[in-house]
Amino acid sequence: MASITGSVEIEVRRPRRGVIVGVLLVAWVAAWFVLKGINTLALGGQETTGLHRWLTDQRDFLGGGNAFLDAIRVVVDQFVILLQAVIAQPSYGRPVPLIGWLGVVAVSAYLAWAFGNWKVAVLTAAGLTFLGLQGLWQESMDTLSLTIAAVLLALLAGIPLGIWAGLSNRAFKVATLILDLMQTLPTFVYLAPLTLFFAIGPAAATIATLIYAAPPVVRLTAHAIRSVPRESVEAARSLGSSGGQTLMKVLLPMSRSTVVVGINQTIMAALSMVTVAALIDAPGLGQTVLKALQTLDVGVAFNAGLAIVVLAIVLDRVTTAAGDRPWRTASLRRKVLLGAGAVVALVAVWFSRTYVWAADFPTGANIGSKIAVATTDATNWVQDVFGGFTFGVRDAVTKGVLNPLEALLTESPWWLVAVVIVALAALLGSWRGAVPAAVCLGLLVATGVWHDSMVTLASTLLATVVVVAVGIVLGVWTGRNHRADSWLRPILDAGQTMPPFVYLVPFLALFGTSRFTAIAAAVVFAVPVTTKIVADGIRAVPVATVEAANSVGSSTWQVISKVQLPVARRAIALAVNQGLIYVLSMVVVGGLVGAGALGYDVAAGFAQSELYGKGLAAGLAIVLLGVMLDRITQAAARRTRKFKGTARGDNLW
Amino acid sequence: MTKKLRSAGVLTAFALALTACGGAKVGEADKPATTGGKECGTFNLAVSPWVGYEANAAVVAYVATKELGCKVVKKNLKEEIAWQGFSTGEVDANLENWGHEDLKKKYITEQKVAVEAGLSGNKGVIGWYLPPWLAAEHPELKDWKNLNKNAAMFKTSESGGKGQLLDGDPSFVTNDEALVKNLKLDYKVVYAGSETALIQAFRDAEKNKKPVIGYFYEPQWFFNELKLVKVDLPAYTTGCDAVPAKVACDYPAYELDKIVSKKFADSGSPAYELVKKFNWTNDDQNVVAKYIAEDKLTPDAAAEKWVKENQSKVDAWLGK
Repeated sequence: MASITGSVEIEVRRPRRGVIVGVLLVAWVAAWFVLKGINTLALGGQETTGLHRWLTDQRDFLGGGNAFLDAIRVVVDQFVILLQAVIAQPSYGRPVPLIGWLGVVAVSAYLAWAFGNWKVAVLTAAGLTFLGLQGLWQESMDTLSLTIAAVLLALLAGIPLGIWAGLSNRAFKVATLILDLMQTLPTFVYLAPLTLFFAIGPAAATIATLIYAAPPVVRLTAHAIRSVPRESVEAARSLGSSGGQTLMKVLLPMSRSTVVVGINQTIMAALSMVTVAALIDAPGLGQTVLKALQTLDVGVAFNAGLAIVVLAIVLDRVTTAAGDRPWRTASLRRKVLLGAGAVVALVAVWFSRTYVWAADFPTGANIGSKIAVATTDATNWVQDVFGGFTFGVRDAVTKGVLNPLEALLTESPWWLVAVVIVALAALLGSWRGAVPAAVCLGLLVATGVWHDSMVTLASTLLATVVVVAVGIVLGVWTGRNHRADSWLRPILDAGQTMPPFVYLVPFLALFGTSRFTAIAAAVVFAVPVTTKIVADGIRAVPVATVEAANSVGSSTWQVISKVQLPVARRAIALAVNQGLIYVLSMVVVGGLVGAGALGYDVAAGFAQSELYGKGLAAGLAIVLLGVMLDRITQAAARRTRKFKGTARGDNLW
Repeated sequence: MTKKLRSAGVLTAFALALTACGGAKVGEADKPATTGGKECGTFNLAVSPWVGYEANAAVVAYVATKELGCKVVKKNLKEEIAWQGFSTGEVDANLENWGHEDLKKKYITEQKVAVEAGLSGNKGVIGWYLPPWLAAEHPELKDWKNLNKNAAMFKTSESGGKGQLLDGDPSFVTNDEALVKNLKLDYKVVYAGSETALIQAFRDAEKNKKPVIGYFYEPQWFFNELKLVKVDLPAYTTGCDAVPAKVACDYPAYELDKIVSKKFADSGSPAYELVKKFNWTNDDQNVVAKYIAEDKLTPDAAAEKWVKENQSKVDAWLGK
């Protein structure tokens, strides 16, 4: 679908290519009428291919003792257990953790103040206290321990890798491919094998989180290093700086704020893994969510999900504030204040080690159950009021758009679909689009889950188009309007970190078990990141450019469509890419609410040993779909940009 | 601003000092329970993700802790991973196993890391179910032969013009695609993909009087809320499900059993004796599951309540 919207853009400027795309699509529909149902490579739910059975057999050879892996496991385990002993679990023969709740709140607020500002310090104190009031103090601290461990390890590995990928073009290319793989390969595929490698325990959960959470910081570090102006580097070189000096004195300081955005996104990604990691016994809030959902208790699940969102918002705002803080030596006055603050924090820690009321969060003022009851009532009300209407919307969209698209993709012979996609890729992005498309399609056939891949592709295309459309509208709005941004941001953060499992139950009630439900869930998850990136791009448009357009009497619409969007097009390309990746990372969740296809294959492979190989193949198919769509859109974007370059005469698109 | 901060800091410290000095000190009150523990040691209990299993685990853990002084460590794991845990020594016992002949072959026969520990007394049933209102209004649907006549009733946006047979939890083996084909039913299997989705579908069907037919199983806490009605498929006979692609009969009845690690069985731990003797009925399990799922008791409180009411059964497990 992304490729079809692309064709519309091009039609305006170069009618001939648009005509070719149109003819191609019409020919496809005509061929579909004739060839419907031949060579569709359909495979039943419990059926497997030789490759799948082979993969299932390989799984057992993976496990088994290995000194290297054991060493990693012991180190990571001990690290997490240490963190838990400090803030979460009874430890060292005492019935409470080393530092009780009061100490944790005081120390966190102090750190937020020291590295950020007093506003985020207040937010931190309020946020953490709120977790206690929800009745989830210990669970939250367990989650926080695991998250801190995973994020620190991700940074330890990710920042050096990011620097390397920033300095070397070859490393950058390899890294991009691997990062795509890490972000789109469903966690379910490696969750079970990880417990073979690293045993059941904190290490496996931490490493699963790490794999998913590390890519943003690597990507953004590399991006930051590559964005440092060439002149700055050359100036440093001409003054005789060595490579190391240039890195430390020029590249890294100049990339700092973007690297912080990467750290920030890594934290968000780690928190979005909390529930999935709970499937292999990761302690904390994820357990609360999963347990509540066994009995469809939306209220309790929401309460725990809210705690994850609060943690995410606190960590996000503190790291953002820390990134914005200019590096300078503190004034004498600030030093004195920092010292005094440290004393207060230490006093609080002492209290929390001495008195029960400061160690265990008091249970008196538990607002958690109230939140749970209110949520349950609210969801019931929404279901009763909108239930009929939402089913109507679902049926209209499914019959009008999804079913025809899916029929075209699944009922055509596989070779016809492959030829059409490669041809479209060639038209839109020349060989840069066609070659990766051909390779990915070939491998998709080899995975043996072609038919399911096409079902998933249809839903993915629809979801991505909606995500990009909504993301651009919201992104432009929040990018231009500061107040809209501050109101919308907590909601976007919630969409990104609230475990999907929490809102799936109300979604199931509203839309039933269907592909539409899965699409809706994917849209909720992917819109925030798209919006944030677009807004960032709009904000980065130089004020002078916008003012110039205003001064010649352009309307708001003209400013947006002729100035801001074209200037921000690199950000928009990145937003499309991340929107797509986020949609794909929800495929498995979609499989749990009726989308079937690849998502269900992966989930079933995780649960049934004889289907493991098929699940792995389906996971790889998701990656292939992601790589293929990404490369085609990137190539198409590149091509339109080049075209624009030659027509620079009328500067404004 | 800094002034404000400073005074706020001083005030907070002062307030803390005032309020704090009255409270109880850490470690003064209840010492952590140190009952025995030598004899039994640590007992690693896998907890599979469904409420029925949790009921088993709650009661066994409660009895092992209170009566035998074990330190019970519950590990929340999917079945598959719990089986893996037998070989790595991180799981001692699984209290409700649904068949899984392939896993038995791998871990019991081939790797010899696990052993069977007898039946749990629970009977597992798998099949196709209808919401109660539908079974009352169309009793003929309880016979599979009448499904085709009513296929149109079960059409949805997902079923491509046929009737929809809602399948589901990826943890369970299903023969439904083969069944639909071999019984020549005009239905399409739609994968709901999770127990949550299945329950929600039945709930919605009962509330809004919608027709739904789907794969489900007993014992299940949801039956306390809604008595789903089973559809009669051609009766199961031994071996009728030997070739998966040719299945045209109902699912077998499962005698749910218990599996323990070889190491645990040989350890002589009293917890092993308890696991081996643990046996109760579907009704027992449903009661505890209801305490947990609907009355919102913690597993421990639910177990305590049940044990108080059924001391004689517990005594039998303990060999008293």
